[in-house]
Amino acid sequence: MEKPNPLESNQAYQDYVDQKTPNSPILKNCFFAFCVGGFICSLGQVIFEYAQSRGVDETTCYTIVSVSLIFLSSFLTALNVFNRIGKFAGAGSLVPITGFANSIVSPAMEYKSEGYIMGVGAKMFTVAGPVLVYGISTSILVGMIALLFI
Amino acid sequence: MKKIGTQSYQLEHNVSILETACIVGPKEKDGPLASYFDKCIEDEFWGEETWEKAESKFVKETAELVIHKSGLAVKDIDMCFAGDLINQCISSSFGLRDLNIPFFGIFGACSTFVESNLLGSIMIDGGFANHVLCACSSHFCSAEKQFRFPLELGNQRPPSSQWTVTAAGSTILTKAGNGPFIKILTPGKIVDMGIKDAANMGAAMAGAALDTLCTHFRDTGRMPNYYDAIFTGDLGYIGKDILIDLSLQQGFPIGDHYEDCGVLIFDKAKQDTHSGGSGCGCIASVFSGYIYHQMRSQHYQKILLIATGALTNALTSQQGESIPGIAHAISIEI
Repeated sequence: MEKPNPLESNQAYQDYVDQKTPNSPILKNCFFAFCVGGFICSLGQVIFEYAQSRGVDETTCYTIVSVSLIFLSSFLTALNVFNRIGKFAGAGSLVPITGFANSIVSPAMEYKSEGYIMGVGAKMFTVAGPVLVYGISTSILVGMIALLFI
Repeated sequence: MKKIGTQSYQLEHNVSILETACIVGPKEKDGPLASYFDKCIEDEFWGEETWEKAESKFVKETAELVIHKSGLAVKDIDMCFAGDLINQCISSSFGLRDLNIPFFGIFGACSTFVESNLLGSIMIDGGFANHVLCACSSHFCSAEKQFRFPLELGNQRPPSSQWTVTAAGSTILTKAGNGPFIKILTPGKIVDMGIKDAANMGAAMAGAALDTLCTHFRDTGRMPNYYDAIFTGDLGYIGKDILIDLSLQQGFPIGDHYEDCGVLIFDKAKQDTHSGGSGCGCIASVFSGYIYHQMRSQHYQKILLIATGALTNALTSQQGESIPGIAHAISIEI
């Protein structure tokens, strides 16, 4: 079969480029994401068990877990460590609440040079904004469905 | 200056690259070309408060260094062409604001280095200037901030992504001087191959590089083996691979003596730079450091320098536009 000419059309070029471009190492990425994500969740569980063993009620325990992981993630972001973890952990550190904290702290740090109003204040949610908008919208929608039908 | 072929120009007078200078950042210092750079700065902020100020400092210090190395006084420089990647080219204008040299801010994305030298050589050939300063810069941190994500964000980079080089490079062009001489100019056209992936700039720009390369050979009647070496700016591994492939298909095989500055500047295996270096500072520092040195020591006598640029910004990518590329070429001989 004759080799297609990549310069024939944009589509032909795109197909040709796709062949030339290496894919992300999905299996490796999944493995590390599983390990690191699992570790973060286990850490959350350890904090939960510890708080509970100290006689804290269950609802407060959940809050303590969230607050601790958010603090830890923000702290590591500030120390320039979280991005290194995220580089190989990918979704493993991004999906838990740690990723959310990182996505708010990192633009806050980056845009501090533009001041506390137009920099930190205005840009803090540039990455997390869509998650908040659609996350809250979805929860309202689900809440209304629950209210009406359940 | 006379036009040859469809879009190339032969300079009538000698336009010599009198001197070059380059200053690079810490990652470039760890790369294979470190020994060729004039200065390597350990701190990406270089003592400044912001990335943008740091990049301006790279421009300022590099411009002052090249003037110092050339033995000229600032007042001897008739004009300056400079550009960078940051909105409205502020790194260049802020970096050069205290120099008191007539200033042209130019933008050709990562093709700016050759664009500035191309325009500068026209000015000298036409008798409009005796000495022209050309300067270019890019900074990994300011570029990431403007085009991508905050530095501390814990995301992953795809294998096709490139690493913006933190560097500034500059040249001084002159009528007098013993070379290397800029001989033929081939300004490039805007070529859009329809690539929309902002993480695959090499593929987006390869079409423009191919167009300029083939046009240069057709206009001059030369073949790739006329040159000792052909260098592109920042096509990276993927773009380089594509250009080798497609230039062969077009009847101008460049494979065996072609290199890409984005490939040369980093050690892919050790430095985790994926598809290689990019940014205006990439070809600017590799030419000003490595290539110029190799020409002075007669290792290369005739080279073709092609700088490639992706004419895009963060908004057009989000609006779903494709990425138009551009490539400007100059031939340099000793």
